[in-house]
Amino acid sequence: MKKILSFLLVAVMVVASLGVLTACGDKKANDDFKIGFICLHDENSTYDKNFLVAAEEATKELGLSADQVIIKTNIPEGNECYEAAADLADQGCDIVFANSFGHEPYMLKAAKEFPEVQFCHATGTTAHTEGVENFHNAFASIYEGRYLAGIAAGMKLNEMIEEGKITADQAKMGYVGAFTYAEVVSGYTSFYLGAKSVCPDVTMEVQFTGSWYDEALEKEAATKLLSNNCVLISQHADSMGAPTACENAGVPNVSYNGSTEAACPNTFIVSSRIDWAPYYKYIINAVQNGEEIATDWCEGFEVGSVKLTDINEKVAAKGTKEAIEDAKAKLIAGEIKVFDTNNFTVGGKKIDSYMADVDTDANYEKDTEVIADGYFHESEFRSAPYFDLQIDGITLLNSAF
Amino acid sequence: MKKLNKLYFSALSGSFGHIVKRDELPWWKSWLIRVVSVILALIVCGFVTVSLTDLNPIEMYITMVEGAIGTSRLTWNLFQNTAILLCVALAVTPAFKMKFWNIGAEGQILIGGFATAACMIFLEGKISEPLLIPLMLVLSIIAGAIWGLVPAYFKTRFNSNETLFTLMMNYVAIQIVAYYTLEWSMPKGSGTPRTLDYGQLPVLFGQKYLVNILVVALLTVLVYIYLKYSKQGYEISVVGESEKTARYIGINVKKVVLRTMAISGALCGVAGFLLVAGTDHSLKSDTSGGRGFTAIMVSWLAKFNPIFMILTSLLIVFLQKGASKISEVYRLNSSFADIITGIIIFFIIGSEFFINYKIKLNKKEGNV
Repeated sequence: MKKILSFLLVAVMVVASLGVLTACGDKKANDDFKIGFICLHDENSTYDKNFLVAAEEATKELGLSADQVIIKTNIPEGNECYEAAADLADQGCDIVFANSFGHEPYMLKAAKEFPEVQFCHATGTTAHTEGVENFHNAFASIYEGRYLAGIAAGMKLNEMIEEGKITADQAKMGYVGAFTYAEVVSGYTSFYLGAKSVCPDVTMEVQFTGSWYDEALEKEAATKLLSNNCVLISQHADSMGAPTACENAGVPNVSYNGSTEAACPNTFIVSSRIDWAPYYKYIINAVQNGEEIATDWCEGFEVGSVKLTDINEKVAAKGTKEAIEDAKAKLIAGEIKVFDTNNFTVGGKKIDSYMADVDTDANYEKDTEVIADGYFHESEFRSAPYFDLQIDGITLLNSAF
Repeated sequence: MKKLNKLYFSALSGSFGHIVKRDELPWWKSWLIRVVSVILALIVCGFVTVSLTDLNPIEMYITMVEGAIGTSRLTWNLFQNTAILLCVALAVTPAFKMKFWNIGAEGQILIGGFATAACMIFLEGKISEPLLIPLMLVLSIIAGAIWGLVPAYFKTRFNSNETLFTLMMNYVAIQIVAYYTLEWSMPKGSGTPRTLDYGQLPVLFGQKYLVNILVVALLTVLVYIYLKYSKQGYEISVVGESEKTARYIGINVKKVVLRTMAISGALCGVAGFLLVAGTDHSLKSDTSGGRGFTAIMVSWLAKFNPIFMILTSLLIVFLQKGASKISEVYRLNSSFADIITGIIIFFIIGSEFFINYKIKLNKKEGNV
């Protein structure tokens, strides 16, 4: 009996140790895994910081060690990006991720050269038409986040009207945009529609800078909007230019990419941001498990890709938090749509058909019908936004095509 | 100001000694001073590294070297960047040797690149590539030469200030290119330049940058011969030494200024052509990437000698590549790498002071 018992015990131990060994084998495969990140600027840009923070969070959570994660910052949108991507592939990266729109053609070039490496590119537009298997685009339905941020702005305007600081027809917002490009147009329109959903008389002026990152120009644009009597400012450009101008002038600001509360404690209301951590976890898991990565990936509130920062109660109107929570639940349930054609007009008319330029080509051909079921289907035919209608109520002070 | 300098120097000489211009040093002595200065720079950088971070300075230097020549790809990349920087340095050299302060290389590169890009877009598929590429080159040269000639003309005709004029021509070029970048951008309005596929420089022996490197190697030899052995090169140095002497011995100074700036601009145009057709395959307002200014340092450090410029441009690019590797490996902000590069360049420039001057120490107090 004792012999049998000891035999059994030994057998169990051998099996167990075999199990441990095979587990070690799996772990080893993951130890070989490497991911490389290419960033346009460094942590001094709110845009890049948002990516860097998410990269750290995702890689830490998945237990990747420091030498499994390579980060290249300050990579311009030129041949340097191709060289950086190829160098990351040379260093053994299984995934190379780039964060700036202009990196796309260079990432694509590298993807064709290294078919065994996955190249993931945020905000790009060509993965669905290029047909390169290891090249992927990703975005998030940030227009929904902008819409919620717009609600916070609208509530603040209502508060100002109630307090008698402004009259209803003085409820004019200002918006600092980078380029007159669909991503920006989609962003400011959804922000405006959010504000309009609670403050029906609101109007908005947009000033473009012609650059994704230019602190001086952004500050100048915000100052111009303020001198045009805009009583609240938001922006889609990546520096602290506009928030700083607002803080100096004491005018409320709805921010983007992340909280600017630390630098602007008296004017910051709320900020919408894309959280890239869910996407990072998704691609890392996919590669480690040998699964395919989606060509075009676009998620929203459900997986936590679109987020709102904490509301600055000191500046925000009362009840903002509840109103945002309510609208968020309705958006998730599909009860309301951001680009519901009942809620906006173009040239005084309701829109019931629109061809958008979804497939990127040199002639900017409008190729896809995007209005159906009473709303504009944003980010469904590709991940990057393509809403580029000029709706009533928004005045463009200049344009930067 | 002069008086102030004198006062300062006498104060300096009163306590320490005085500064005397040296006779020309034998070549090995001047190179010894340069080598010592680099070693000193590395030691100072070591101290800075230890005091600011917890890195081992030796490991850091190894990382730098790895970043520059760690793989064959990186090495080719190093040579390609060196070639372009060297090309711009070659371009500014004739002008600087003539004491014509051409700080408009940036704009001359861009306008050359603009000519190339315009050909690649408008003639795509219309003429064959073997015809298109020479046409691109010629138009880039003409565009660059015009950008150099305009300030030179105003200088010779109205004696305008060439420093300001060439600088402002940069902004004109940048705005033109920025406008067309948006005009040609893809997708529309994004500000992202389209990729230019038609008319790219050929890939030789599987190396995509080899053409660039060979072109610049050829240019280096040509510029060296031009400056050192041609009559025109001699005229440039005479005008640079003294315009009055040049006029006295019958050199047509205006002609020399115009001709030299046309050459300077044309060579920048070639750099623009190589960048757009050979490297980037796209054009935007920062395609020149500050090389127009860095090249001035390359040229001065090499004392306008094209052969030495190979070394100085290699040094600058090596430091840049090494520095970015440091911020990649140690997750440091790029400013730290900039500090290290700054210290090294400071010491190298400083060494020129000790090659040209010596400090005579006073044996006894009050002996002046």
